[in-house]
Amino acid sequence: MTLTAKPPAAGPSASEPAPPSRPAPRKRARNLRTWVQGGGLSTLVFLAPMLIVFAIFSWSPIVQSIVMSFQQTNLLDPPTWVGLDNFAAVLSDPLLGTAVLNTVYFAVLALLFGFPLPILVAVLMSEVRRGKGFYSALAYLPVVVPPVVAVLLWKVFYDASPTGLFNTILGWFGIPAQPWLQSSATAMPSLVLEATWAGAGGSIIIYLAALLAVPPELYDAAEVDGASIWNKIWHVTLPQLRGILFIMLILQVIATAQVFLEPYLFTGGGPNNATVTILLLIYRYAFQNSLGGDYGEATALSVMLAVVLALLSWLYFRLTNRWSTS
Amino acid sequence: MTTAPSARDIRLPRLSLKSRRAKRFDDESRDRGIVSDFDGKKRGVRLGMGGVHLALFVGLVVAGLGPLLWLAKSAVTPTQDTLRQPLALWPNGIDWQNLQSAWVEVHIDQFFWNTIVIAAGSWFFQLLVATTAGFALSVLRPRYAPILNGAILVTLFIPAVVLLVPLYLTIVNPPLLGDVSLLNNYLAVWLPAAANAFNILLVKRFFDALPREVFEAARTDGAGPFRLFWSIVLPMSKPILGVVSVFAIIAAWKDFLWPMLVLPDPAVQPLSVRLPAVQGSIELDVFLAALAISTLIPVVLFLLFQGVFLRSAGLGGAVKG
Repeated sequence: MTLTAKPPAAGPSASEPAPPSRPAPRKRARNLRTWVQGGGLSTLVFLAPMLIVFAIFSWSPIVQSIVMSFQQTNLLDPPTWVGLDNFAAVLSDPLLGTAVLNTVYFAVLALLFGFPLPILVAVLMSEVRRGKGFYSALAYLPVVVPPVVAVLLWKVFYDASPTGLFNTILGWFGIPAQPWLQSSATAMPSLVLEATWAGAGGSIIIYLAALLAVPPELYDAAEVDGASIWNKIWHVTLPQLRGILFIMLILQVIATAQVFLEPYLFTGGGPNNATVTILLLIYRYAFQNSLGGDYGEATALSVMLAVVLALLSWLYFRLTNRWSTS
Repeated sequence: MTTAPSARDIRLPRLSLKSRRAKRFDDESRDRGIVSDFDGKKRGVRLGMGGVHLALFVGLVVAGLGPLLWLAKSAVTPTQDTLRQPLALWPNGIDWQNLQSAWVEVHIDQFFWNTIVIAAGSWFFQLLVATTAGFALSVLRPRYAPILNGAILVTLFIPAVVLLVPLYLTIVNPPLLGDVSLLNNYLAVWLPAAANAFNILLVKRFFDALPREVFEAARTDGAGPFRLFWSIVLPMSKPILGVVSVFAIIAAWKDFLWPMLVLPDPAVQPLSVRLPAVQGSIELDVFLAALAISTLIPVVLFLLFQGVFLRSAGLGGAVKG
């Protein structure tokens, strides 16, 4: 209620202050008038909310993050240039290697658990003749649960005592109680299991939509050639899905590289730093530092991560554009 | 600002009123999948399919509904029962008191209200920015539009992580306002959420597909840009406005890290930030009741507007649409 809150541009409220002058009509007053009459000003009024919000909360922070990675900043003193010191400090942090390995481990496990399962379920669901809506709703339900609630609920499930919920279920099959989040060996797989549960529904719905786009004639043709059900899945369905499969793969890698919520809420990075991820490290540098926020190191690490991820998103964008125009 | 690029990175759909209707017609007329009618007559295949269906049904009910049902049950079960026999179907006693303690003593009511305010504000600002910008870039098309398109598109490639620290410092010390800090002000959540390139592209693509003749006719009849926006373009765009609304509200309800950073005062924090904080200080049964209450609204919204939710989620799959 203090700044940029513009009313929805309903009436001709043409008294808006012109935001950062774009095609600044600074030549003649006459030019200015023709520009206004030609609709130039009202266009700017429509663009104003976007320009203000993006300038302050998107474009300038992006530039700042690059500047800040070469600076020492602590909010009190004016920032000083320190060259590559921040990068050097981050790269020599013994925890960085652990965090990178843990993040890669999380990503690999998430691919193993979470990539094939939604494909399988979607293919099976697409064969259901009736009640498809009911199945879709069931599959999507975990996605609707707020992620924080999901993590806190699973934390209860992961109770390591023999009467914990998952340990009770394991007990039915004669499997001994597991330590789940308490041991560095099982902590990360436990995190991934919850993340898979929380995320699979979205992928299933996307695959279902993609399966609908497979032309039925292809199946007819395959049958004429004597293909079995398994042959049809392997030689028709999956090749037809390969575009979306690759896109989902890239998206999943981008998302898992930035995992924060699960390690932060489940384990706080423990036990024995077994679940410290890159984002958790950035968060610690900036906001959990007892000596005051080390914003320079935090941005240096995030810029390094961002370069890797930007390459992936660029690849993703190229692929989606190519596939959507073909 | 969410760290997981879920909605932001989903592929831009090309949906227009016309093609969507055509597509739905296609879906209904689709009479076959991988298994043909001929396959379906074989005994082995029929048995196999039956088994697969049963497994699918059981699996989805256990994984999708199971945890929620357990949460609902445990919300009204005394702590000791939940700890000793987490899977007992009939608890020894039903403790409706849990729900009331959570609502009143843990102040879930306050945090609930905060969450709603945050979601409503994010929704309003996202819709305002996306529709006005989409209209200007798609319908009014100034000469410099390509530059702006590029500047918006570029932000899609920048992962949210990069923004975390500089954006936080922007909130602590916003430009042009002197010594005012936006910490503990909901604008600190609403405005960064509105800087969402994905929304603008989504809306712009939809506007691009609207028939130009309608705009020309309206202009001939003397409608200015504001009239055109409010009375012609917005009413024609309900489907995409629904999609953007769903994305905006869900994202606001889910967000955790950003509100935790910019809303340090517990009195203004949303549920997602308060729930982990109160966990240590209250009893398990009351805590589970609080979790159940926080889950209720999103689940009910989903059940009411299933179609919009699933269509929004499936948009990502419209690769060849």
